[in-house]
Amino acid sequence: MSEKTVMVVDDDVDLVLELQVQLEAVGYRVVTAHSDKQAREVADKTHPDAAVIDLMMEEHDSGFALAHYLKRRMPEMPVILLTAVASETGIDFDATTAEERSWIRADVVLDKPVRFETLHAQLQRLLA
Amino acid sequence: MAETLTVLVCDDEPGMRKGAERALRRYTAEFADLQTTVEFAVTLAESGEQALERVNVEAPDILLLDYKLPGISGLEVQEKLAERSAQTLTVMISAYSSLQTVITATKRGAFDFLVKPFTPEELRAAVRRAAHHLLSHRQALRLAEERKQIRFEFIRVLGHELKAPLAAVEGYLRLLERRALGDDIRKYETVISRSLVRLEGMRKLIFDLLDLTRIEAGTKQRNLEQVDLCAVVAAAVETILPEANKRGISVRSDLPARAVLKADRSELEIILNNLLSNAVKYNRDSGSVTVTVRADDAQVRIAVADTGIGMSAAEVSKLFGEFVRIKNEKTVSILGSGLGLSIVKKLVTLYGGSVTVHSEPDAGSTFTVILPREAVAAPAPGPN
Repeated sequence: MSEKTVMVVDDDVDLVLELQVQLEAVGYRVVTAHSDKQAREVADKTHPDAAVIDLMMEEHDSGFALAHYLKRRMPEMPVILLTAVASETGIDFDATTAEERSWIRADVVLDKPVRFETLHAQLQRLLA
Repeated sequence: MAETLTVLVCDDEPGMRKGAERALRRYTAEFADLQTTVEFAVTLAESGEQALERVNVEAPDILLLDYKLPGISGLEVQEKLAERSAQTLTVMISAYSSLQTVITATKRGAFDFLVKPFTPEELRAAVRRAAHHLLSHRQALRLAEERKQIRFEFIRVLGHELKAPLAAVEGYLRLLERRALGDDIRKYETVISRSLVRLEGMRKLIFDLLDLTRIEAGTKQRNLEQVDLCAVVAAAVETILPEANKRGISVRSDLPARAVLKADRSELEIILNNLLSNAVKYNRDSGSVTVTVRADDAQVRIAVADTGIGMSAAEVSKLFGEFVRIKNEKTVSILGSGLGLSIVKKLVTLYGGSVTVHSEPDAGSTFTVILPREAVAAPAPGPN
């Protein structure tokens, strides 16, 4: 498989590192960012093949804003949103209906904690 | 703040209704204790039946209710209102000043009693008493509700803050479990040291939380004695040195020979440890921290200055709240409970002192604490 680049964005440095280790182990190149702003710079510079973004960074909806930005700049790039919203607030949403996809600029929304196999499978599907 | 309360006057005599309306129309009641001013909007009813209908529709705040009415009596109206547990406060008006009527009406929930004939002044005084009762009750409810909301928010954020390190450590353990780290021993070292750092952060959060709870509840055993602040500073500097040395940060102190004040030694330690720990954490490598203590007859001043990342004015304004951690690229890898400065502020307040901060982005911050030499007996702070 030709090496694909995945951008991982989370304000928790350890969660980024954990994902990075696992993604690298299965053959991805990984670039990382810890804030909305940093992620925009990294994406513009490295043009990753896919992005995995934590929903709640410095602001409650930074992940949405970032996903929106990325989809506008790089419409072809798959975006996966990770969220603890469901377990923390009871609000449930995903990106499976057309209506939800119209405002959530992400291809997949996964609930934290995410099993790595699930994330990996989604990435493979989206990058196929 | 001016509020308007609605008053429904129910009396079968037109003269009475007119008189009551006139007495209240331009009347403004000021309540200094509740920091509010009240005006009254008056509506009228001629009979008990009409009054009940009005209460249904308008839900007036206060009902001036004549005892003797042509149809159903005032007492019956009062009884019906009580059954519906209406929020309206009733002032019963009666021509009979018999003790029995007063007792019956009060038993059925009337708030006050007004005996005919009365002057406009007496009417206003009765309405004023009712308004005060209503408003203080409402204010108490509102405060209780606000406190509850603050507690909920605190617990929600606390839950989030406790979950984050758990998730990080769990993630690292899963990596080990799946043998996902390969042969590189350095990866194992990273995983283990990061896990320990996160667990230490969690421990600190829990300790801070216990400190905060004890301070707020007023159950912390306070042992006020003559304490030499310089000794406390020296010990705090000693404690932070290993952490500072790791990053080449120098810690200097500029102290007088003695600076004695009446205080609880452990509280002074908490204040200094928090300020010094921040000054190192948010410093740049090879930066410096300077602790200056000055004392005069009335107070002691502690200034902790760093050469760190500093803060913008907007960031400074949020600083002393609970779980406030300034989040930006410069702070992303710095751990903290988000409670330290909140604790400092609460403790300093306990002494009738003050804590202020002067900060410049990328230049550094100086935190200044002023404490009176004789601790002012301050009441235990409330939950917010």
